[in-house]
Amino acid sequence: MADLTDENIRHAHSDTTRRDFLMLTAGALGAVAVGATVWPFIDTMNPARDTLAASTTEVDLTPVAVGQRLTVAWRGKPVFIDHRTTAEIKTAREVDIAQLRDPQSDAERVKKPGWLVVVGVCTHLGCIPLGQKTGDDRGPFGGWFCPCHGSIYDTSGRIRQGPAPANLAVPPYEFTGNATIRIG
Amino acid sequence: MADVHRGSGSRIIRWIDHRLPFMAMMQHELYDYPTPRNLSYWWNFGSLAGIMLVIMIVTGVFLAMQYTPSASLAFDSVERIMRDVNYGWLNRYAHANGASMFFAILYIHMFRGLYYGSYKAPRELLWMLGVLILVLAIATAFMGYVLPWGQMSYWAATVITSLFSAIPLIGQGIVTFLWGGFTVGDPTLHRFYALHYLLPFIILAVVLLHLIALHRFGSNNPLGIDMKGPQDSIPFHPYYTIKDLFGLCVFLLIYAFFVFYAPNFLGSPDNYIPANPMQTPNHIVPEWYLLPYYAILRSITFSILGIPAKLLGVIFAFGSLFVLLIVPWLDTSSVRSSQFRPIYKWLFWVLVIDVLALGWVGANPPQGIVVTVGQIATLYFYVHFLILLPVLGKIERPRPLPSSIAAAVLGDAAGVAAPAAPMGRS
Ligand code: HEM
Ligand code: FES
Repeated sequence: MADLTDENIRHAHSDTTRRDFLMLTAGALGAVAVGATVWPFIDTMNPARDTLAASTTEVDLTPVAVGQRLTVAWRGKPVFIDHRTTAEIKTAREVDIAQLRDPQSDAERVKKPGWLVVVGVCTHLGCIPLGQKTGDDRGPFGGWFCPCHGSIYDTSGRIRQGPAPANLAVPPYEFTGNATIRIG
Repeated sequence: MADVHRGSGSRIIRWIDHRLPFMAMMQHELYDYPTPRNLSYWWNFGSLAGIMLVIMIVTGVFLAMQYTPSASLAFDSVERIMRDVNYGWLNRYAHANGASMFFAILYIHMFRGLYYGSYKAPRELLWMLGVLILVLAIATAFMGYVLPWGQMSYWAATVITSLFSAIPLIGQGIVTFLWGGFTVGDPTLHRFYALHYLLPFIILAVVLLHLIALHRFGSNNPLGIDMKGPQDSIPFHPYYTIKDLFGLCVFLLIYAFFVFYAPNFLGSPDNYIPANPMQTPNHIVPEWYLLPYYAILRSITFSILGIPAKLLGVIFAFGSLFVLLIVPWLDTSSVRSSQFRPIYKWLFWVLVIDVLALGWVGANPPQGIVVTVGQIATLYFYVHFLILLPVLGKIERPRPLPSSIAAAVLGDAAGVAAPAAPMGRS
């Protein structure tokens, strides 16, 4: 064995740090390489280009009378279009916003007061609320009622009771004419 | 002696065994393997679970030869299996009911472990591997149930994957990732099929580890005390091979009853309606074996410390499995078997009733009394594991343990080294 002169100890010591450094950098690079190799596999599971592409829907609103509701499909999901009555608009606007779980005024949620356009997917766990068909249970706020776990939405599609955390989402849409909209 | 036995095999077998000691291993693990002499029928469920896993893989592979994992064709391909494929009905009913049987066996097997303290040292990892098998089986069955692409398939997939949206910030991104789109759809069905095919083989690998851990210390037994010598054990073959075989026959009768006489009793009729992304069934219920978790999920209707109810529900539902995982450290009593734990014995049965109550809650619409029962049962489930188990170990006075298995089973005399005292307390 080499004797423990100061010189030897210093060498041994600097050797260890050099080795540590190499181990650390090799380890870090290895981790990056593994990550870079795994990522393409993970990313194959994200929405593919064709899925992302197919996503606008044109709707003609002329046949929808005041008080009627229409369901259209957008990106495979239902979109609820509600031609609201003046009474419905009024109740939606009289609510004290501070009381709401997901505070939003009705004006923020519509482009024209008469037309409410929302994604018809419950923000709890994704069921489709009732209220689109005549005779459906609309819940005590006159909007929609989700049968799965009892979430209740008002005439602005805002969450009022039940387990859902947020209001029905407003999809991106535009009025392309007086009575036509393009969703997406 | 074992060598003589092996020697009686053909020369070819001996030639192979010398190079690849597979037969020797089997001889050691399944033939001579010393097993406590007092195992009851509750010890049949391990081998039953293994056989059921094999049945699932066999029926699954033959179903896969006929099944089409595409949103537009899946439902029809399952109907074709039922109507046109030779014995397709048998194969599918055996697979669908087999899943129920598999879970029934797993749950009995696990409650057995809870009753006899089989999770205690030195079997902690054995137990944890078992919980891992349960988790993998739940994932497998959930994805399998999506494959027939009926209304329940579709909406169960939607509701359960949406659970992940409860995670703050990245939740919605995770859900889109799981779906491979903006709703449950064709990409979702494809990946669930791929994973449904893969996971059972991973379960098989974990079962192997489970068995390695088991054979390290051998089986626990109804007395919960260790084997102390040869007088406490008997060889696995023929004693337990024959007992397991008898149990298997009884089990197969029950399984066959469901397959041939009540094939849809355990399933939901709504799953014979093709999936419709535009309409939710009025009442979504999971398969019976997932009802207790579903009940816990729905029971959290309030937020605590600003954590929203939706996220809490998810945490508590998954938490019920996590609690099982750490049971070896929650139970502070060093006595394994409930036979010698006067208080725990009763708490065990209260827990059984509690879990059954959760099952009932999960099957019913969340209104009125159902909600209250669900909340009490959820609370009690956690109180049992997180409070009663740790505290009980400190305050309960266990009954005296027998000196050995043989002493308890054959009378005291057999336990002592000198076989001279023929008249023990019989
Ligand atoms: C732990 C093992 C397994 C469990 C718990 C399980 C569970 C299930 C369940 C619950 C279903 C739905 C049955 C229905 O209602 O129709 C299903 C369907 C299916 N499984 Fe499995 N499975 C297992 C293993 C396998 C394996 C290994 C394969 C393939 C090699 C497979 C292939 C299939 C196929 C093709 C279907 C769709 C046909 C059908 O719905 O009947 N399964 N599985
Ligand atoms: S999905 Fe609507 S209340 Fe749960």
